[in-house]
Amino acid sequence: MKMTGARILWECLEREGVEHVFGYPGGAILPAYDALKHSRIHHILARHEQGATHMADGYARASGRVGVAIATSGPGATNMVTGIATAMMDSSPIVCITGQVGGRLIGSDAFQETDITGVTLPITKHNSLVTRTADLARTIREAFYVARSGRPGPVLVDVTKDAQQGSCEFDWDAARPQLPGYRPDLSPAEAEYAQALELLHSAKRPVILAGQGVIAAGASAQLRELAERAQIPVALTLLGLGAMPAWHPLHLGMMGMHGEAWVNLAIQNADLLIALGMRFDDRVTGDKDSYARGARKIHVEIDPAEINKNVKVDVALVGDLSAVLRELLPRVEPADRGDWLDWINRQKGDAAVRDIQTLPDNGHLYAAHVVHDLWHETRGSETVVVTDVGQHQMWEAQYYKHDHPRSLITSGGLGTMGFALPAAIGAKTARSEAEVWVVAGDGGFQMTMAELATMVQENLNVRIAIINNGYLGMVRQWQEFFYERNYQATPLLSPDFVRLAEAYGIRALRVTERRQVAPAVRAAREHDGPMLLDFRVEQEDSVYPMVAAGAALDQMIRRPSPLVETAADE
Amino acid sequence: MNNRSTLHTFVVYVENKPGVLTRVASLFRRRAFNIDSLTVGRTEKPEVSRMTITVEADPDEARRIEANLYKLVNVLLVDDITRQPSILRDLAMIKVAAPHEVRSHVLELVKVFRARVVDVARESLTIEITGTEDKIDGLLEVLRPFGVIEMVRTGMVAMRRGKRALAAASATPPVEAFENESAVPQA
Repeated sequence: MKMTGARILWECLEREGVEHVFGYPGGAILPAYDALKHSRIHHILARHEQGATHMADGYARASGRVGVAIATSGPGATNMVTGIATAMMDSSPIVCITGQVGGRLIGSDAFQETDITGVTLPITKHNSLVTRTADLARTIREAFYVARSGRPGPVLVDVTKDAQQGSCEFDWDAARPQLPGYRPDLSPAEAEYAQALELLHSAKRPVILAGQGVIAAGASAQLRELAERAQIPVALTLLGLGAMPAWHPLHLGMMGMHGEAWVNLAIQNADLLIALGMRFDDRVTGDKDSYARGARKIHVEIDPAEINKNVKVDVALVGDLSAVLRELLPRVEPADRGDWLDWINRQKGDAAVRDIQTLPDNGHLYAAHVVHDLWHETRGSETVVVTDVGQHQMWEAQYYKHDHPRSLITSGGLGTMGFALPAAIGAKTARSEAEVWVVAGDGGFQMTMAELATMVQENLNVRIAIINNGYLGMVRQWQEFFYERNYQATPLLSPDFVRLAEAYGIRALRVTERRQVAPAVRAAREHDGPMLLDFRVEQEDSVYPMVAAGAALDQMIRRPSPLVETAADE
Repeated sequence: MNNRSTLHTFVVYVENKPGVLTRVASLFRRRAFNIDSLTVGRTEKPEVSRMTITVEADPDEARRIEANLYKLVNVLLVDDITRQPSILRDLAMIKVAAPHEVRSHVLELVKVFRARVVDVARESLTIEITGTEDKIDGLLEVLRPFGVIEMVRTGMVAMRRGKRALAAASATPPVEAFENESAVPQA
């Protein structure tokens, strides 16, 4: 059947199982938008193309399906760059489709022409420029295949206006991917399994380091089985939170820069690290030379380029995590590691006393309390928390207890402020039955708050908690710790978020005291529609513990003891 | 950790498509691997191009370079032939000042190095030499005192010795391997 490129585009998306796309129209993509009327796909109009890419990303992370964003050439395409880089760093499968000026105009600096395949080369898993209608179907199929297979990632397809307008015979079967060099299906050799098992069985003080790969591979149950059978405690990366239920006795908590002290101490004193779907990012290792020096290391990872990149390992099992664990699990011998688990438990020491959680609020509202109460109110229901980047993100990671995979969506690798609201819109679109909460700071929220209109236009019942401390809090904390409290450019004026929300037709409440937190959360949950809560929290609170950038993982800055004394005095 | 940096030679087969050279070059730039030499050209198969890349790297880096090259969708095959029996060739054209008084001396050197003269002008000779980089460096060294006016080198090309071909196209997995049935697992 003969079809225009524009029709072929939507037809291919439908056949790839796409139900929603997030986008913004413009000149070079107009033929595609014109053909949208023939499609079952629901298009969600973002307010900025960066928002559209974060929405696609949030959609992908919430569901495991490929998220799709679409934009025009030039500024439309360049506005996507931050969203694409965010998805790349966190291995999120999205397909971005951009319009391009007509083929004959390419290279002429035509109106709204940008070499977007050139621009996005280092921040996409793969990208393509389509100048012929006949190449479009195959390229779209390849894009989806590459985005979701192996280590997932963003793929961009740039389609010239004339390729959208031209017609050709559409044959789905003939348009099969032709990627002779792409081999995402590696698996380890038997000898490597044997080596890994030998290390595992001889270890006295092992720790599992679980990352987002566990979630991406759908291997959470297998992780738990491994941990339980061999009695190995599990430390999680930020993006790995939810891979192991927080209530589980073998769940240690988050590792790294703002990880709990006992988690980092366990890693530093381990004799074996079993890294599952994580990449030893500098935020989890601290100083690499002093990182887990006494530990042998097993690395199970789908991307061979990650092996020995940051940390040198003893055994690498390169392959799909779920397939590797399927092979490994029956051969893992049960073990008892009571002494090691007791040792770790003892490292908690005074952590609980220093914990802001247990401190009296003295009339102040602490972000940690807000997060705790939010967790307490929403626990047991299917909740997805989407966080922005900064202090609130770390407090969320510390105090919201994630029991399920895909219950936390956050920008880890790139640390993209402004991510939360659009990503939450994507998450809610993918999982309408789930309760979706945005937890964002007053800084990051202002970067993309224009997407409130998208949320309202789409009738999406997203709940928003702004952790409002009047500062770019994490930067302020670094200034406090490392730049002699020189608060340059971190005090932040914000609009009245309550009135702002009301201008969009969104109900909103301001919360200034601890006792109001739970009722406000309940009010938001009972309200049939989106709601925004503006939490006015303590302005100069810091995230503890903290491993300074480049410091050894066990050199943690702890919450100062004067607070503990204050607590004891009362 | 083994930190010995040595010159590694990679033979890389890539799809003969626009932009592939940029992808490879961009990878080396982005990962801060320092290319010593990169050549690209056609192969026995029109849809496949072949690159020879030499790069300063320790053994770990070399492995990561190989793994990163494979991450490029258009890369078909990577072979680190550094420690393999192989033939390495560079080609240079050297225009050297050779007035009448010294001409016979220059020609003598050309003969010793088994190079050949490809252009003769009144005051200069252009010499073509093929060989290992060392050999070319050697000739260059002895020509320099006469005055090298201009020089161009192709960069290194390499091939394993023996019968076995680095058959990129035959390493191509069957088309069925690209069937698109694998849905992403739900956690």
